[in-house]
Order: sequence, then structure tokens, then C-alpha cells
Amino acid sequence: MSTSRNWKRPPFIKNPTLRWGLVLGAAIYLALAFGTMEVNWSRVAEGATRGKRFIAAFFPPDFSSRLDSISDGIYESLWMTVTSTVIGIALSIPVGLGAARNLAYKPVYYFCRGILAVSRTFPEVILAIFFVKLFGFGPFAGFLALSVGTIGFYGKLLAEDIEDMDPVQAEAIKATGARWLQWLNYAVQPQVMPRMIGLGMYRLDINFRESAVVGIVGGGGIGATLLTSFDRYEFDSAAAILMIIIGIVMMVEYSSGYIRRWVQ
Amino acid sequence: MFVDDAHRQAADLAERMVPPKWSYMEKLWMPIWDTLNIATLGTALAIIMAFPIAFCAARNTTPSKIFVRPIALFIIVSSRSINSLIWALMLVTLIGPGVMAGVIAIGLRSIGFCAKLLYEAIEEIDPSQVEAITATGASGAQKLSYGIVPQILPAFAGISVFRWDINIRESTVLGLVGAGGIGLQLDASISTLAWTQVSMILLVILGTVIVSEWISAKIRHAII
Repeated sequence: MSTSRNWKRPPFIKNPTLRWGLVLGAAIYLALAFGTMEVNWSRVAEGATRGKRFIAAFFPPDFSSRLDSISDGIYESLWMTVTSTVIGIALSIPVGLGAARNLAYKPVYYFCRGILAVSRTFPEVILAIFFVKLFGFGPFAGFLALSVGTIGFYGKLLAEDIEDMDPVQAEAIKATGARWLQWLNYAVQPQVMPRMIGLGMYRLDINFRESAVVGIVGGGGIGATLLTSFDRYEFDSAAAILMIIIGIVMMVEYSSGYIRRWVQ
Repeated sequence: MFVDDAHRQAADLAERMVPPKWSYMEKLWMPIWDTLNIATLGTALAIIMAFPIAFCAARNTTPSKIFVRPIALFIIVSSRSINSLIWALMLVTLIGPGVMAGVIAIGLRSIGFCAKLLYEAIEEIDPSQVEAITATGASGAQKLSYGIVPQILPAFAGISVFRWDINIRESTVLGLVGAGGIGLQLDASISTLAWTQVSMILLVILGTVIVSEWISAKIRHAII
């Protein structure tokens, strides 16, 4: 009597073979992963004292002694962020239109999808390595890397948004005898605009964060300054740079949240 | 100006990168394994830490809206605003180069992402189910485990797989600052101008990213 009244919660994965197979697989994987991981524990233990020094450097951070290179780096990063977002979005609009299945002819569609796939595969840092080789050190290489990254991100989302739009409105505009550009302007654009403005702000945010790392491979921006300060163990300058980055990202995030609410 | 001879540089680079050095592949298996480990263990680490933070940040489950919620939100924002390469840069100086630094960097970077999506999922749960569990006289922990967790489990699994896919991409470059994985080989090959090795590594990264994207899409499709 009592056994039949016991209730057990239903498992998340219903098939017991699959469930236990996954558990077993995870266990084997973890054993292998930790077994092959080379960790120098004495070096890790040393990290505790360095960690204390690093945390102590935040109180107070040293903004003044490297002020010149920090302000140059931040200025370059902001320049790269804004220009690459604007240029990247401008270039991604034709690509995105071409990559929407309900708008473009098949050859154009495959061509634009190809552009998007290629520009999305590699992280911005790897793109930056190549642009540094082609155009030399400095923010121009970083700007190009971020622009290409923006095309991949924004173009793909734009294309997907256009594919998801309401075809009834588009048909209604077409029925009035609108030309293709008018149709684009009155039927497609109003439907995708609010979301795309929000995504543009989000990309601005991403580009700023990425602009802080392309400097590590020579692409200009605050990343180079940060790398140098870590290499010299100047934790107080590094702390100052990190605080500036967090501050700017928070500012962009709050203002973009505000703009998105205002648009919708 | 450097820009003037860019097309010549590009032609030069293309010439030097082709053909990829296929024999280099045998030295790449171990770095790929390390890269996969960084992404997977880092994601696991992030999920373990993101779970309690998400419950503290969600409006309907947070213990205190005035103290705990702002702290949780601050952790989420600061984790998200620092790129994984910068986390890696910091950790390499603190605990030394290697896979360990990469795992922790990916973990710290992903907390914000996972916790943000997770707390949004918690805020959207159906309150009537929690109420039903409360009506049976369940304690706080029991409410959590029987009323809330089953509702967010599918979203939770989806978020983990999605983040794992992003982390594969990010962990391929962590080696540039010394945090292990295939990026170490990439950095070494670029520094020695061994461009045929670079093109081989890029092909391998391309393959890994495509496979991981395919796996992640399959799993998310199966869950949702």
C-alpha cells in the first residue's frame, strides 16, 4: 500500500538509457579532462599573494602616473567603436537585404550568406591579426576588424528579422503599385526598425568591449596599454584601466536599455 | 602610408599561406583537446556559479531586493563587461600560464551571460505552480526544487549549450595571452612567420567552430 503511494518526480530526460549514458559519458569526460590538464600547483599557490596585491591595487587605483597612455588608449578605443559600428552597420544593410530569403534571388542570397558566414566565423582578434599584417599597427587595423565583425553579426540578424516579418503588410504596399525602393521603405523598414535600433546599440556595446582586446595583437586601443601594465606588474594602473572599461560599458548598457525602451 | 601597399601585402600573405601544412595536424590534436576542455569546463564552472546568482537577481526569488539584488546585478554586469581575453590576461599574471587560467577566464566571463538569461527565465515562470507547491506546506528549499527548478530546466539547458558554443569560439584565441589551447600554437606560428602552419590552424578552428555550432543547434532543437 505504502509503496504505491510514493511519488517520484519525473526525470528531465525520459529515456533511461540515454539519461544514464549521458551521466556516464560526462563522468568519463571529466576524468579524462582533469587527467590530461597540466597544472603547476606551486605556481597557482603563488597566485594568492599576487591576487592580494592585485585586489589591493584597486584601493586606490592609479589613474595619474600613466595618464597620457591611458587617455590616448581610451580615445582610440572610443574612435574605433563609433566608426566601426557606423561603417559596419552601413555595409551590413545591403548584405542583410541580400541574405533575406524572401527578398533576394537565389544567387544573390547564397553570395550574401557566404559573406556573412565568413565574417562571423573568426573572432575579432584573429581578424585583427590579419589586418595588422595588411595595414600595419594601429587603430585602423582594429577598426577594420571590428567593422567586419559587425557586418557578420548585424547582417545575419537583419536578414533573419526580414525573413520573419509579416508578409501581409508587404503585400498591401505592393498592391498600391509601389516601386521596389518604396516597398522597402514603407513595408520592410518600419517592421524591422525598432529591433534593429536596439541591436545597433547592443553592437556598439560589443564593439567597445572588443576594442579593448584587439590592442593585444597590435590593433590599437586601450588593450595595448592594459597588456603593458600587466607585463610590468603595474597592477594599480591596470586596475584604473579596468575600472574605466567597466564604467564605460555600464554607461553604454544603461543608455542602450533606455533607448530601446524609448523606441518600443 | 601602410595602406598603399596593402593589396601587395595581401597577395604576399595569400601566397605564403597556401598550401596549408597538412603534416602539422598531428601536433594540433592535443591543443584542440585543451581548447575543448577550456570551453567545456569553463562553461560548467560558470553554470555552477551562475545558478545561485540568478536566484539572487530574479525579482521573485531574491532574498532581499535592497541588498542582495543590486550586488547580484553588479556581479553580472562586471563579469559581462570584461572580455574573456582580459580575464585571461589577468589570470595568467596571477596564477601563471596554462589551461587552468583559460578555464577560469571562460568561467568568469560566462557567469554574467548565464546568470542574466537564467534570471530572466526565473522571472517569467508561472506563479500558480509555485503557489500549488506552497499550499502543500513545502519549505523554501522544497518550493525552489519542486516549484521553480522544473520550470526553468529547459531554458537552463538551452542557455548552457548556447554559451558552450560561444565559448568554443572564444577559447580558440585565449592562447594569444598564454592561457592554453590552440591559440598558443597560433601565436607561436605567427611569431615565427610560419604562415602555412597559420592557415592550417585557421582551418582547424573553422572546422571546430562549425562542428560545435552544429552540435549546439541539434541539442537546442531537441530540447525546445
